[in-house]
Amino acid sequence: MQETKKTPLDRHPMPEQPAEVRRHNFLEVPIGYTDELARAEATRCIQCKIPKCVEGCPVAVPIPRFIRAIADGRFAEGIRIIWENNALPAVCGRVCPQEIQCEGQCILGKKGKPVAIGNLERFLADWERSHGDGSLPEKLAPTGKRVAVVGSGPSGLTVAGDLVLKGHSVTIFEAFHKPGGVLIYGIPEFRLPKAIVESEVNTLEKLGVEIACNTVVGRAVDVSELLAEGFDAVFVGVGAGLPRFMNIPGENLIGVYSANEYLTRTNLMKAYDPAYDTPMVPGRNVVVIGGGNVAMDSARTALRMGAESVKIVYRRSREEMPARAEESHHAEQEGVEFLLLANPLRYDGNEEGRLTSVTCERMTLGEPDASGRRRPVPLKDADFTMDCDLAIIAVGSGANPLLTSSEPGIRLNRWGNIEANPENGKTTMRGVWAGGDIVTGAATVILAMGAGRKAADSIHDYLLRGW
Amino acid sequence: MFKIVRQEELVTSSVILHEIEAPRIARKAKPGQFIMLKATETGERIPLTMADTDPEAGTVTVIFMVVGKSTAIFAGLKVGDAYSDLIGPLGRPTDIEKVGHVVCVGGGTGIAVLHPIARAMKKAGNRVTTILGARNVDFLILKDKMSAISDTFIAMSDDGSTGRKGFVTDALKEILATDKPDLVVAIGPVPMMKAVSEVTRPDGIHTLVSLNPVMVDGTGMCGGCRVTVGDQTKFACVDGPEFDGHLVDFDGLSKRLNAYKKVEVTAMDDHRCRMEAQANSLAKA
Ligand SMILES: Cc1cc2nc3c(=O)[nH]c(=O)nc-3n(C[C@H](O)[C@H](O)[C@H](O)COP(=O)(O)OP(=O)(O)OC[C@H]3O[C@@H](n4cnc5c(N)ncnc54)[C@H](O)[C@@H]3O)c2cc1C
Ligand SMILES: Cc1cc2nc3c(=O)[nH]c(=O)nc-3n(C[C@H](O)[C@H](O)[C@H](O)COP(=O)(O)OP(=O)(O)OC[C@H]3O[C@@H](n4cnc5c(N)ncnc54)[C@H](O)[C@@H]3O)c2cc1C
Ligand code: SF4
Ligand code: SF4
Ligand code: FES
Repeated sequence: MQETKKTPLDRHPMPEQPAEVRRHNFLEVPIGYTDELARAEATRCIQCKIPKCVEGCPVAVPIPRFIRAIADGRFAEGIRIIWENNALPAVCGRVCPQEIQCEGQCILGKKGKPVAIGNLERFLADWERSHGDGSLPEKLAPTGKRVAVVGSGPSGLTVAGDLVLKGHSVTIFEAFHKPGGVLIYGIPEFRLPKAIVESEVNTLEKLGVEIACNTVVGRAVDVSELLAEGFDAVFVGVGAGLPRFMNIPGENLIGVYSANEYLTRTNLMKAYDPAYDTPMVPGRNVVVIGGGNVAMDSARTALRMGAESVKIVYRRSREEMPARAEESHHAEQEGVEFLLLANPLRYDGNEEGRLTSVTCERMTLGEPDASGRRRPVPLKDADFTMDCDLAIIAVGSGANPLLTSSEPGIRLNRWGNIEANPENGKTTMRGVWAGGDIVTGAATVILAMGAGRKAADSIHDYLLRGW
Repeated sequence: MFKIVRQEELVTSSVILHEIEAPRIARKAKPGQFIMLKATETGERIPLTMADTDPEAGTVTVIFMVVGKSTAIFAGLKVGDAYSDLIGPLGRPTDIEKVGHVVCVGGGTGIAVLHPIARAMKKAGNRVTTILGARNVDFLILKDKMSAISDTFIAMSDDGSTGRKGFVTDALKEILATDKPDLVVAIGPVPMMKAVSEVTRPDGIHTLVSLNPVMVDGTGMCGGCRVTVGDQTKFACVDGPEFDGHLVDFDGLSKRLNAYKKVEVTAMDDHRCRMEAQANSLAKA
């Protein structure tokens, strides 16, 4: 099909597995653009002189430039343009909430559909993995400085990648037995294939980054001990790893999981793969509490684990749901039901302590609260009870105190998050930086990477010039 | 990889000791803390308490009972073999203080968990009375080591094949009547810890128990290990594993320990077959 500037309204959707098929497997949902589709979509971009899209991207990827390269068929060059500002395009292309970031600002969105920037970014990254020559970026001469990175999520991986290229020696300390953070244990395979994360981590290792898994900092070793052992700087990117429960009756019944546990068991510990020994309570009637990405991922995972019915219970309305638009859309297509304006009050179980039902109250929207969203208020005498044998709580996560409580020199805010200078990631402890979810609270991959980039620049500066 | 340097069968095919190379952890670990072990890529992460550590040799020792698939896989590992993953030290260390008379009550493999605590209690200047209980003489592990560090040592067995016939609580009741302890530490099967806590409750004798819920990460990140303690939900891996026995909801813990009983495992297997068939048909298509 020939595209011209006269037909910019028709966005090229990315081919997907049909909902009926994919709800039974863990393979990736969108299949990817062909070269032709990518070039056709790229020609929709009108190459704005003052590109709004770049303003919407937290790390200012040079979007029109890489899209122009795609349109011209210069794929190898295109991916290198993205790498200037974003080391993990295969990940970001898949998981960024584009509709409120780059694509949300795209000028074409004013009248029709914005350019599919995320899809194009993903296309180039995938193209590079299958066609690229695997050549590594240039490394600067060794500086003799050593940096410890705690946590291997997107913030830690970014810091490690940036600093190893600048000639520093970098060791990542990761608590789990596999690196990648939420990208490995949280976001499911059908949304972000683990092979992609592994290949990004491999690249870092090839560049010389050392990865010490199974090392819980705060237990096996403290941050101050790392400094005393000869690390010149420490970056803390330990994420938001503290599951929130609602403290309502019955939450400790068998069959009530935090989303962290449910997703860790399926993703990291591969409960869906018969070769693995990980057990899980099999849910037939599943209820997921929450309305964000974590809730969508849990619900769609439960479908794939064999559930007959999966309901999302969310206390506000569809408009307020924080999940990426694509995720709630995909969930709905796959048969997840949305029970909006409802909130669980208690869980009940049988004599074995197994979950059998959940009772909820109905809500209505009242005045806007501090976040600007209308506050949900319960309706009187409208409670209802549903059968369920698996409930997954996805109402957010807080700051895990394991590391921070062992290091009084690092100041925390009242929510337990690390206080770090937003400009450079410096904490109140000399030689220690922090970034990502442990500073901001649960946020996004790209914001964690952005924080990592700033911290890396500041650490580099410190290693050459001092605090 | 974490190499096994010593292996002993304390009870044939049932209670196994592994001494494993883990230098960083051996240096840091304190009594009461545990590690998580994974044998292979596809295995579960299994929590086991360190029964001993040797900072010079850089090793930690675990003693485990073979109860299910993962511990059976562990039991198949010999000297020279290695665990793929070993994480720790996890959990809060025991508060070791001089309080006076400490009664240490151990049952089953709980005796292995109790050993380093009892030893530290003794070292801190306490008078230590130890009561160990087991099904029969074969299951009374670490008898010599425990009696060596105790001022008074009492063995009990269900069938009278070693020590006295009866339960640990029988011996404990006598001590409460004659030689009141300042602290009781009870580690063993859940019903034993519950019974001990009931015995010490009327006199209000501080009683520490060590809880063993199912765990995933061991760092406070999943909440799978939650237990109810005095009407509050606690994460055993970071808030514990030791808690005040008078506040613990033992019945809730027992139930949660049965979360993955056979029925579910079978159900899962059926389900996995279906999923596999679907994945295969999709891969072909
Ligand atoms: C299920 C789910 C779905 C999501 N979906 C999206 C999405 O679609 N789009 C999006 O942009 N964002 C999404 N997010 C949010 C995003 O993943 C996070 O904001 C991002 O991963 C934060 O990165 P981070 O580097 O701060 O930490 P994390 O990715 O959380 O990584 C922290 C790492 O530190 C390790 N660690 C923790 N404590 C210690 C310690 N004491 N010692 C050593 N290591 C430690 C952890 O094991 C972990 O590997 C999702 C999150 C979840 C949970
Ligand atoms: C902090 C902590 C320290 C521990 N220390 C020791 C130790 O030093 N020595 C030792 O022998 N065991 C210890 N355990 C228990 C040990 O982790 C379990 O026996 C083991 O996880 C069982 O795994 P499996 O796959 O072999 O059995 P599974 O197939 O998982 O289970 C077999 C049977 O054991 C029960 N079970 C499952 N998980 C546990 C559990 N966590 N605790 C008790 N029973 C369980 C099940 O209900 C089932 O009936 C500890 C547990 C914790 C949480
Ligand atoms: S990094 Fe994310 S926000 Fe930026 S251009 Fe790529 S997809 Fe858009
Ligand atoms: S705003 Fe849209 S059309 Fe303009 S340069 Fe960016 S992607 Fe292209
Ligand atoms: S084991 Fe996950 S929080 Fe304790």
